[in-house]
Parts: sequence; C-alpha cells; structure tokens
Amino acid sequence: MAELQQILDETGALVGEVPDLSDERLRELFQHMLMIRSLDGRMLKLQRAGRVGFVGTATGLEASLVGAAAPLLPQDWMWSGLREGGAAITRGLPMSEYVAQMYCNSNDTAKGRQMCNHFQHKESNYPSWSSVIGTQITHGVGAAYASARRGDDAVHSIHFGDGASSSSGFHSGMNLAGVWQTPCVFVCIDNGWAISVKSSEQTAAESYSDKAEAYGMPGVTVDGNDVLAVYVEMKTAVERARAKGGPSLVVLKTYRMLGHSSSDDPSKYREDEEVEAWAQCDPLDRYESFLIARGLIDANERSAQEEAIVAEIDEVIHEQEAAPPFPLRSLVEDVYSEVPRHLRLQFNQFLEVAERRGDATPGDGAFPL
Amino acid sequence: MTTLTLLQAVNEALHTKMREDERVVVFGEDVGPKGGVFLATEGLTQEFGKQRCFDTPLSEDGIVGAAVGMAVNGLLPVCEIQFQDFIFPAFDQIVSEAAKLRYRSGGQYTAPMVIRTPYGGGIRGGLYHSQSGEAYFAHTPGLKVVIPSTPHDAKGLLIAAIEDPDPVLFLEPKALYRSVKGEVPEGSYSVDLSTVRTVREGSDVTVFCYGAMVPVCEKAAAKAAEGGIESHVIDLRTLLPLDEEAVLDAARSTGRVVVVHEAPRFCGYGAEISALIAENAIEYMEAPVRRVTGFDTPFPNTLEHHYMPDERRVLDAIEGVASF
Repeated sequence: MAELQQILDETGALVGEVPDLSDERLRELFQHMLMIRSLDGRMLKLQRAGRVGFVGTATGLEASLVGAAAPLLPQDWMWSGLREGGAAITRGLPMSEYVAQMYCNSNDTAKGRQMCNHFQHKESNYPSWSSVIGTQITHGVGAAYASARRGDDAVHSIHFGDGASSSSGFHSGMNLAGVWQTPCVFVCIDNGWAISVKSSEQTAAESYSDKAEAYGMPGVTVDGNDVLAVYVEMKTAVERARAKGGPSLVVLKTYRMLGHSSSDDPSKYREDEEVEAWAQCDPLDRYESFLIARGLIDANERSAQEEAIVAEIDEVIHEQEAAPPFPLRSLVEDVYSEVPRHLRLQFNQFLEVAERRGDATPGDGAFPL
Repeated sequence: MTTLTLLQAVNEALHTKMREDERVVVFGEDVGPKGGVFLATEGLTQEFGKQRCFDTPLSEDGIVGAAVGMAVNGLLPVCEIQFQDFIFPAFDQIVSEAAKLRYRSGGQYTAPMVIRTPYGGGIRGGLYHSQSGEAYFAHTPGLKVVIPSTPHDAKGLLIAAIEDPDPVLFLEPKALYRSVKGEVPEGSYSVDLSTVRTVREGSDVTVFCYGAMVPVCEKAAAKAAEGGIESHVIDLRTLLPLDEEAVLDAARSTGRVVVVHEAPRFCGYGAEISALIAENAIEYMEAPVRRVTGFDTPFPNTLEHHYMPDERRVLDAIEGVASF
C-alpha cells in the first residue's frame, strides 16, 4: 500500500515540513478554498430555487483543487472533468464567466451550448471538456506532446476522478505519456465515489498510485484534504515534467461530501457515519487551524472572508441573471468553421415554420443561401 | 504531371504538406520507418524525422485522443487508423470530442485534424479488414467525411483536408490503392471539399457512387451505353457536408437514379441520397430510386465478390430504372 503523504494531520497539526511559501501565499490558498466552498453553496441555492439546472459540487475537495492548481505557472494547462471549475478560477477564469456558464446565458463563452458546470477559459489554458468520462486524459497527453515539440515550457495537468481510472482514456493516456515522456501530470482525485460506486470497487489494485508503475512513471498517494501536502507533491511532479523528467501520477485521497450532483441523493447508497467521519477531516477546518496556530489569521477571519466572498458572488449573480440567452442562429453555428448550406437551409426552414405558425422567437433572421 | 497510383498520391500529399507546414505531424501504428502496412506513409520518417512521423502504441482511442489534444495546442495532426475496421475504439474520441469541440466551446476551441484510414472490401480481408463504415460517421455533425476515387482527387482532397479548419475523416478505398493510376499534378493543389465529380455525362440514368464503387459504376455505364443507355455518373467524394444541390441537379437531369455503395443497405449512405431526392425532386422522378449495396450482413470472406456490388448488378439496376 502506498504511503499517504501528509504535512498537516486531521487536526491541522504539523507532521511534515511547511513548503517554502510566503505568508501571503499561505493565506491566499485558504481564501481560494473558502471561495470554492462559498461558490458551491451559492450555486446549490440557485439550483434549488430553479435558477440553474445542475451543480456538480467540489465541497470536501477544496484542498485537492487549490493545492493541485497552485504550483502551475500561467503557461501551463489544466485539463479537467466535472469538479475543477473552482481551481480554474484560481488560475484566471473570471467569476462572471463561471456564473454566466451556470446560467448558460449570452455571456457564456460556450454560447450556452453545454449544460451547467462545464467551464472553459482559453486565456488560462483551460479547455472545454465533455461529459464523457476520461476522454480529456489523452487530449492532455497530445497537447503536452505539442508543447514539448514546440519547446514552449508548458506542463499539462490532467485531472480526473477515481471512476475515470477505469476508462480506456486513462490506460491509453498514461501509456502514451510514458512512451512519449510528455510533460504532464496525471491528477487522480479519488473522492471515494463515482456517483454511487465506491472507489474500492473500481479497482483490485491496493492503491491507485500503484498503477503508475505499469506505465513507467512515478506515482504518489497524497492526503487530498491537506492543501500543503497536495501543493508539495504536485510541485514535485510539475517540476519533474518541466525539467523533461517525464510524467507522473498524483493520487489525491479525499471525499465528495455531497451528492454526485444536485440531481443525486447519496443517502441511498452510503452511510451517514462515513460522511460524518470525513467531516472530521475537513480540509478548510484543518488548514484554518494551522493558519491560526501560525498566527497568519485570527479566529474571526474565516467568517469575515466568507461574507466578503459571498457578497462578491451575489453581485455577479445579480449581473448575470439579467443576461438573455443566445440568439436562435447559434443553433447551427460553430458546427463547422462556416455554416454549410444544408444547415442554413435547415435553419431557414425552421424559421419559416415558426413565423408561419405565429410562434416565431426573436432571432437574427434567415441565412442567405 | 506524373502518373501515380492512388496510394502514391496519398503519400505525395503527405510529403507535400509536411514540407509546406512544420505543424503537420503524422502518426499511427507502424507508420514510422516501415511506412505503414500499405506504405502510405513510406519515406516520411526518413525525410522529416521521428518527431514528425512516428509510430504509436497500439491504441486507436489513444491515437485519436492525442490528435485532438495536439490540434487544440497548435499542431496539425494527420493520424492513421490502420484499417477502418479498427476505428471503433476511437469512435468516442471522433464523435464526442473532435466533432463536437468547436460547437460545445462556442468556437473557442477547435480540432483541425485528419484521420486517414483505408476502408472497403475486395482484398480478401474478411470481416475485419473490409468494412465500409462511412454511414456511422456521416451521421456526425461537426465532422467532414471524404472518400477519393482517383489519384488526382486523393492528393488534392487530402491536402484540402489537412488545410481544413475542421476535423476530417479521410477514407481511402484500399481496393484502389494500386489498381488505379492517373495523372497527378506536381506540387501543392487542393480539391474543394463538398463538391462532387462528374465521372461521365449522360441523359438517361444518374448513378451516384464513391470510393471503390466508382470504377465499377464506370464499367457498368460503359456496358449500358453499348445497349443505348447513357449514364450520368457522379462521384460524391465528400459525403459530409454533401453538395446537395449538385446531387439534386444530377437526379433531376435524368429522373432515374441508381445509388451504389459497398456498405450494408439499411440506414446506409444511399438511404440519405434516396430521401434527399424523395423530399426535393420527386416530381422529376420517372422511376423509383434503386440501391445497389452490400448485404445487411457482416462482411464475408470467400464470398466477398458476391457481397460487393459488381458491374453486373449495377448494370442490371441501370437497365431496370431505364426501362421502368
């Protein structure tokens, strides 16, 4: 069994060496974690009020997201699945775009085409991802190959869950990266559950990080609720990749505290005791204790910060709620670089029926054929 | 002009684009020093080095998935799937990822890439070296599906596919790799995607075909002409997006249509051609559309020449619609 890497124990007591980070940076990690948790809370509220359709939360995973993203440089890429949106914010995804995507409105850079919670941000190298599990893994490897060939010094951080480790994309991606020695890091966030299937039922391997050996790369298992340990192990892996030392697998053991999504009721398949036990290892509580003990924040800081973050989020929500959806023409745009004739025709026929039947929706008119 | 086989024309297109554009990379199973099982990539590793033409582990979803990532990050990948029959592990990457990336990202991310793969029967390859899977892919918005039938088109269409801003599935009729020869211009030129090629003009019956069925239809048309039936033969060559106006014009010009493909009939590409004509040109039709296709069975082995449409079956259909 792989040894669990830890710097802070469950109570926040130091059991390892604090990484060389400024006090300001240590506080910033906490703010980022708090931001993710607050964002989850607000989005769930919107979902329950029927304002947004779907939320895939990261509650419980904050240390894994923030610690893994923190060692990345601006030129690096993050390839993601469902729960990395908050990590993307720490790398530059504007809150307004995050919320616009949740509303799928006309400010959404994806033009409202993806269901909620599918973020992207080109400026910080955070590509669009699909809902299909594990497909982003080989994308990250191919993109890392391109970076290496160009010599642009970028590392590709490829995030996925314990469930995705069973997908063909995991095997294909890990294998290609090992053979090609691409500059990437595989970040497996083992959050205990793939919807309703226990992490222990995804594999007969004793630990997920053991899988790395088969692909000729190092693997490490980290306490994913310990932001400092996650940061340190990710930094090692990112630096190895940047120094042309090849890929590695970093497994972050954490726990998805809420359902798979806002549409899931986890009480049907897991015991309250398990959730309560993990609540005792909460990544925010733990890190807060450490920061207080180190004199970097005081006991009132968390609630004050939380209040400020929530106020900021609410302001963004207020702005984004007013934005309209995308015009009708976007139905057939971006399928190809130019709208081909058969799609222009299909759209015009649709518009003609809508107008003739008296229920035309405002759009920007027919296409020239 | 030089005279090349279809296979040599593919190889020449790859050489031409790799010389022109540093971003072009070629990879797949056995495509490196060996030059591919059919030798389509022969000489590329030798000329451009293994950074630009290289072998991959045996992983179709890995090949296409990595190609998507390379395309997103600035390369122009031209990957090879050794036989179209082996493409299905990559179906997810083609259909869910490459084809949908532009749309789902609102145009922020795109995957300009080419997947080359030999398809079709006639080489005694049995179930798994013979299939024609074009209909699966032609049903995928966001993808372009191209099938050449002459050396000239193979080079020009492949160059156009590599230059195209969208993902292209380039299906190469392996039965024609060495059996057809033709004049091919030297240097770079492209043949517009989404245009059809008029193979033969005629006023009695229109025959739609593509890939390895084109020479079969040409022979059948020549035979029909001996009996006084003039066939208008159209090589569709880009199945998606299809030049629908050209198809309809050709159908209207004779009012009698035969559609030919190797793939199974049910939900095959011929069904789309047939429906397109039924919806838009039924008033011009003098006879029901006839399809000449493979059987709705897996691809056979010893009996493949009975499975695949041949000159006799196409001729029978031409005569049948002509005399209806």
